[in-house]
Amino acid sequence: MSDALTHDRIWRHRTPRAQLVLWLFWLIVVALFIYCWNVMTARTMWVFVHDAPQAAQDLGSRMLPPRWDYMSRLWKPLWDTINIATLGTLLGVVMAAPLAFLAAQNTTPSRLIARPCALFLIVASRSINSLIWALLLVSILGPGLLAGILAIAFRSIGFVGKLLYEAIEETDIKQVEAVTATGASQAQVLNYAIIPQVLPTFYGISVFRWDINIRESAILGLVGAGGIGTQLQASLNVLAWPQVTMIILVILATVVISEWISARVRHALI
Amino acid sequence: MTAAYPTTWRRPPQLIRDRRWRLVLTVGAIAYLILAIGSVEVNWTRMVEGWERGLRFIGGFLQPDFTTRWRDISTGLVESLTMTFTSTVVGILISIPVGIGAARNIAPRWLYPICRSIIAVSRAVQEIIVAIFFVALFGFGAFAGFLTLTFATIGFIAKLLAEDIEDINESAAEAIRATGAGWWQLINYAVQPQVMPRLIGLSLYRLDINFRESAVIGIVGAGGIGGTLNTALNRYEYDSAGAILLIIIAIVMLAEYLSSHLRRWVR
Repeated sequence: MSDALTHDRIWRHRTPRAQLVLWLFWLIVVALFIYCWNVMTARTMWVFVHDAPQAAQDLGSRMLPPRWDYMSRLWKPLWDTINIATLGTLLGVVMAAPLAFLAAQNTTPSRLIARPCALFLIVASRSINSLIWALLLVSILGPGLLAGILAIAFRSIGFVGKLLYEAIEETDIKQVEAVTATGASQAQVLNYAIIPQVLPTFYGISVFRWDINIRESAILGLVGAGGIGTQLQASLNVLAWPQVTMIILVILATVVISEWISARVRHALI
Repeated sequence: MTAAYPTTWRRPPQLIRDRRWRLVLTVGAIAYLILAIGSVEVNWTRMVEGWERGLRFIGGFLQPDFTTRWRDISTGLVESLTMTFTSTVVGILISIPVGIGAARNIAPRWLYPICRSIIAVSRAVQEIIVAIFFVALFGFGAFAGFLTLTFATIGFIAKLLAEDIEDINESAAEAIRATGAGWWQLINYAVQPQVMPRLIGLSLYRLDINFRESAVIGIVGAGGIGGTLNTALNRYEYDSAGAILLIIIAIVMLAEYLSSHLRRWVR
């Protein structure tokens, strides 16, 4: 009897209640989407959107072929871009490392003052994009490489700091105890027990960030912070599309190469 | 018979064992640094001028002015927020088929390279460059920004989704296959339940990233709060700029906090 009853029930993917919640969720998402879409497109000029295929064709015919001989004038900006990324990463890492030690629960000197301050600096640095940092710094320091380097450095602090302090918090306590047992001072514990454990991670994070920074430094010039983006902005301003294509190809190649280098180095480290 | 017992200890090299390599790398690094730092030109007179401006900026940050430009700020903010939401939704809807197509274990062989190249293209080009093109094609405003963010979302979500699908527990898929299920049923009953929590987590993360990016692409005219910020800085209105930055930081922090909570709850 009971057998027959249990077999009577049809298997379903979800319980009715879960199904209802799911439908409600989708209803909310769709409603919110429609609302947001209407607000967003209220000021859209649909004429331009309808023209887009033609505009794309037009743009494509102007962009191709790329102006290959423009390359001779791109080497210097490219070198600048790499310098912005590398020096910016170095500067950022130098500032991030002490911050990470202040922010990690097991190494922070004071949980009440130093840790929240360090955490706030890390979050603030992370929530402002490097292009916005560059915008600010260009407006303060004037256009040039220095603004770019500082922008990259300030943005890197948050990224490196966050990953590094998480790595420090995950270090093995046994090694710390072993070193402490020899009568080592606080600084010696840090130097001999914690730093060796996080060093590979630290290098890995730095190289990873360097790779991201190459990408970002390529566009910083759009707001005047030096590098190849400056050429991009100049070419865009005079609508020299073949040059724009060339610059974008160079940026793409640089990004791919830096990604390859960073993958190789990180592979060797781990 | 007292063998010389070592009394001093030197820390072994931690990264590169070979001494010659260490030497080469150190010399190379120093040479590069000298060259690189030498190529940075610093205009000191401009810096001194900038110092006063920097102080004014810090002053503006400490005493932000929300009211004078409130109309501009609120338009930018609404544009940014709506752009973020719509582009995340559309981006995810497109990236689900692309991600399934880019997962080696369930995609048909001919589809795999196509989807992988879509992902590669979307990931290789920076948002801001994409935005420049979309602004050129679709005109200034939030619609170009929406397209940019959608485009960037596809590469991000589809790649991580594909990796996640490739990592699923094969025995569940095997069990579903053994019941004679078709391809759609396999996706629905074996793959979807396994990747869903992570997909939700990724979507929330991307929502967060898209907001940050929406604050940037406005600089090239793709709508949103970035345009407002750019205008404020061009006018040297540091108090309004400070207010905008504070709003951006607050929203990013809130979004990060909420999304980390939601992700923990989903898991």
